[in-house]
Amino acid sequence: MGSDSNNLLNEITQSDYKYGFVTDIETEYAPLGLSEDTVRYISAKKNEPEFMLEYRLKAYRRWLEMPAPEWAHLKIPPIDFQSIYFYAAPKKKKELSSLDEVDPELLATFEKLGISLDEQKRLSGVAVDAVIDSVSVKTTFSETLAKHGIIFCSFSDALQNHPDLVKQYMGSVVPYADNYFSALNSAVFSDGSFAFIPKGVRCPIELSTYFRINAANTGQFERTLIIAEEGAYVSYMEGCTAPMRDENQLHAAVVEIIALKDAEVKYSTVQNWYPGNKKGEGGIYNFVTKRGICKGAGSKISWTQVETGSAITWKYPSCILLGDNSVGEFYSVAVTNNHQQADTGSKMIHLGNNTKSTIISKGISAGFSNNSYRGLVKISKRAENSRNFSQCDSLLLGDKCGAHTFPYIETANKSSIVEHEATTSKISDDQLFYCQQRGIDMESAIGLIVNGYAKEVLNKLPMEFAVEAQKLLSISLEGSVG
Amino acid sequence: MLLQIKNLHASIQGKEILKGVNLEVNRGEVHAIMGPNGTGKSTLASVIAGRDIYEVTAGEVVFNSLNLLDMPVEQRAREGIFLGFQYPVEIPGVSISNFLRTALNDIRKYKGLEPMPATEFLAKMEEKKKLVEIHSKLTNRSVNEGFSGGEKKKNEIFQMAMLEPILSILDETDSGLDIDALRIVAGGVNSLRSEKNATIVITHYQRLLEYIVPDFVHVLYEGRIIKSGGKELALELEEKGYDWLKNGG
Amino acid sequence: MILSDITNFDQIFRENLKTIGRRDTEIVSEYRADALNHLLRLGLPTSSNERWRNTDISKALQTDYSIFFEDFQDQLKPEDYFTCEVAGLDTWLITLLNGWYTFKNSPLRILPSGTIIGSLSRAMVECPELVENHLGKAADNSENAFTAMNSAFATDGFFIYVPDGVEVTKTIQMVNVVSHTDPIFVQTRNLVILGKNSKLRLAHCDDSHNHNPGFTNSVTEIIMAENSNLDHYKLQNINDHSTLINNTYIHQEAGSKCTTNALSLHGGFIRNEIFVKLNGRESSVDVYGLYLMDKKQAVDNYVFIDHAAADCTSTEMFKGILDDYAHAVFNGHILVRKDSQRTIAYQSNRNILLTDKAQINSKPFLEIYADDVKCSHGATVGQLDTNAMFYLRSRGISEDNARLLLMYAFAAEIINKISIESLRDRLDDMVKKRLRGELSICDQCVLHCKTPDKPIEFEIDLSKV
Repeated sequence: MGSDSNNLLNEITQSDYKYGFVTDIETEYAPLGLSEDTVRYISAKKNEPEFMLEYRLKAYRRWLEMPAPEWAHLKIPPIDFQSIYFYAAPKKKKELSSLDEVDPELLATFEKLGISLDEQKRLSGVAVDAVIDSVSVKTTFSETLAKHGIIFCSFSDALQNHPDLVKQYMGSVVPYADNYFSALNSAVFSDGSFAFIPKGVRCPIELSTYFRINAANTGQFERTLIIAEEGAYVSYMEGCTAPMRDENQLHAAVVEIIALKDAEVKYSTVQNWYPGNKKGEGGIYNFVTKRGICKGAGSKISWTQVETGSAITWKYPSCILLGDNSVGEFYSVAVTNNHQQADTGSKMIHLGNNTKSTIISKGISAGFSNNSYRGLVKISKRAENSRNFSQCDSLLLGDKCGAHTFPYIETANKSSIVEHEATTSKISDDQLFYCQQRGIDMESAIGLIVNGYAKEVLNKLPMEFAVEAQKLLSISLEGSVG
Repeated sequence: MLLQIKNLHASIQGKEILKGVNLEVNRGEVHAIMGPNGTGKSTLASVIAGRDIYEVTAGEVVFNSLNLLDMPVEQRAREGIFLGFQYPVEIPGVSISNFLRTALNDIRKYKGLEPMPATEFLAKMEEKKKLVEIHSKLTNRSVNEGFSGGEKKKNEIFQMAMLEPILSILDETDSGLDIDALRIVAGGVNSLRSEKNATIVITHYQRLLEYIVPDFVHVLYEGRIIKSGGKELALELEEKGYDWLKNGG
Repeated sequence: MILSDITNFDQIFRENLKTIGRRDTEIVSEYRADALNHLLRLGLPTSSNERWRNTDISKALQTDYSIFFEDFQDQLKPEDYFTCEVAGLDTWLITLLNGWYTFKNSPLRILPSGTIIGSLSRAMVECPELVENHLGKAADNSENAFTAMNSAFATDGFFIYVPDGVEVTKTIQMVNVVSHTDPIFVQTRNLVILGKNSKLRLAHCDDSHNHNPGFTNSVTEIIMAENSNLDHYKLQNINDHSTLINNTYIHQEAGSKCTTNALSLHGGFIRNEIFVKLNGRESSVDVYGLYLMDKKQAVDNYVFIDHAAADCTSTEMFKGILDDYAHAVFNGHILVRKDSQRTIAYQSNRNILLTDKAQINSKPFLEIYADDVKCSHGATVGQLDTNAMFYLRSRGISEDNARLLLMYAFAAEIINKISIESLRDRLDDMVKKRLRGELSICDQCVLHCKTPDKPIEFEIDLSKV
């Protein structure tokens, strides 16, 4: 990032959450609540193959037997699953075949969010899959990508057009019974993105999905599946926002990544779901299972996340390092302000020889929030010469918030090396005085210092995201001083 | 008159450090404040800059006809006060160029000016870097992080050059410098001297004053200025130490 | 009795209440009953309990143990069943055999300074107020089943009281020996009270005398008044079939200073739980630990430090070397409460695995609610520093010797914290033996060798490595 970008901090004078508007579009809903009928309704609505319905029903039945997890350092109010719409979609007039046929109201919504769906208008080479509530409304650049043999489409389209690929890989990294929220997602997921990069292909542009919750009382349950074949490379970005509403809304996604021999997948997230108001009312419950497997030798999966939104975040992007010499990375900045709660981190499971993993986590807590890092580094008996380095730093702004670190280290191999370091501190008075003495006001000084603190992670983001993320960091902390 | 300090008393955690300081500084002048360790030199610099760990219990500080003691730190800076720190703090991840651009534009905004265009800013940086012989890569590094003693002090003078203050207070700028760095730092300060601005140099060695020649020299002892004179006073102090002043006052 | 069935405890408590509580004051009696309720509510821990996630206690609970609520032993001299393996350790020795205080002629001694040393059950009779005012002040029955069990059932243990301003010059050595023909379940309760400005050095040893399985569930409460000073060591040296749960609760008031050092040398299963509450300003605690395990031994250290006051400092450093199939667990938890500003807390756990069968689970955990703090932690598992290895080998040292030297240096950091010279020398010697694999060879003696080994001569200054 250049020196220029930080200047953006000073331009920001808007209200706290600028994506809080609601688009007035006609929406059709599944019947309220959750039952086998809901699951069947969603599957029928999407005209899914039989195997998919069976998978959903198995997951649903399993979910019914599972208790909600309580181990995280979070206070999660009970969720009434019968008062949520599990499927909501903007009403279509007819099948879409070109951009002209997308509801102009929807196009305007995405324009307002800074996401242009018009390929002509896009300056940078980023292909976008735009998901609103339960459906994908438009995937850009699909045709361009198809020339390289790359499949990038909505999950629903993938089920229609590439059912074998979906059947082969879906649930192979995150089984439906993996946890409470993955089971729920497997039963009721509605849409999401699918990317397949064939052998030897370097994806020429960034792929991205933009998730938007619009309808009230609606949960969003998206599903993303990324497959990189031998020697393939892809960089994938995910962004998300939601309107400001007084009630809490549920978001439970599953992301699966499969990297075959020598493949590399870079997955970046800027999570900015509505965090709730200053009193802690409303906001998104963000319960996400993200996991990748480095299946082939020499493969690499890298997660980068900037988490600023959501009332509650529960999320542990993980890597299973199965192939020899495979590499897993996790870079995270998590900011919590007001009454937000975040429990996030990563799991690195070393199974292959000479596997390497890096975890860099920067937590920033302000207001009355609680921010926890939770991570697991596991070195199995047969993972010879494996290495992990973890660094988890916490920054506290104010004396009513909390910062916690829960690293789990499990090693059963003598030739491996695991190192974990963590610090917790506050912005020093000396740093603030130094900035102020140069004429910088307190809030900008904090923005500057926090951005500097998070720089190691922000640097890992693609350019398109980095500037956005910097702005977000400062906005999220507005009003946290005093 | 640019700066007028009258009967300034300041304390930290109930302990009085400044016990009635009087000082007048005009534009175009360089003042040196000398004295043994622990007599309040750095406290005086911090109080002028507005560090809130010190409590001003009496007296006044008037700068450019403004009551300085009423202002928060950043406003004093924007009015033209610059403090060159004795121990510049590290700010990890924040590059010098980023830092200075934020500072410069905050000051411009205060004065009702538009932010400085990027090209102009870069050109200005290039120009000022030469002044203190800073190599070009330094400004991409995080503020003071991993800097050597000399680099830190050069960086302070570089910032002073960029921000163009009216009154610069240089707190022990010579400490920890080898002779080459001292020459460069002093050279930077001298080239910034003009009829419009003023400088207060705080030091307890006469050495720096060979390079930055002061118009006035003051001796601060136990919270008061006990003697003032011309540049020859510094030489006298070098020769005799401070003891001869302590008794007679 | 089989420990795993929680209802057994209810029944046994009712059947033996008259014996268990025959010396209880009213307050202590209520305390017992309350503890039993907590125990029945909590049940025994399983691996689904976060604090027991990596340690399976169920096997030890399956053994059929004998349990005694009345002293069944004749008077014995300590030397009949205990030989201190630390040569030349000059201490004031007090002993428990299978949980009962052995000096029956003088169960409670009051020194001229007012210091009281002896049996807890006797102290309940002779100085009930001291016991009532302090028993249960630091230990928490509501969250820990083994502590609750101990509070409900324990009948004897050590009692030490140091009055205000008194400095006890001689180290007090408390030894608990388990030796019985059948598997035995022993619960000991120790209470140590330090008055204002007092000073004490305490060595707390757990030993077994034969190879029969034993299960010791011991709770030690240490109450430290303002500006008191404690130097505390735990030496654990029990046989491969024995289980030891050692819960230590330290309550510190303002200005007090405590160093505690857990040295686990041998044992079937050892669980140390150390709870420190820094309750007054400017108190400080250093918690050190060293574990050297082999065969199928397991050691589990749980350390909780509660920064409940401002301006306190805590340092935690645990190191382990694991051989064969040994398994070690470290759980550190530092809590910095909301108003505990200017806290400095440091936590570290470092491990070396010597085989691929050995295993370590480490969880250093920080929970922080105050903003003006300096907290850091680190954990490593790994091999020896390759640069240091190279350095040593370039000086002509064989690879094996170089490894030995570096492992020794690794452990020496903890050993050097020991302020009692004879203890430090002995530990030093034991570590060298362990590193050369000799401890396993003389397994039959459970470390009761009398002559310390000749020191290894180092030609280079290890501190520079």
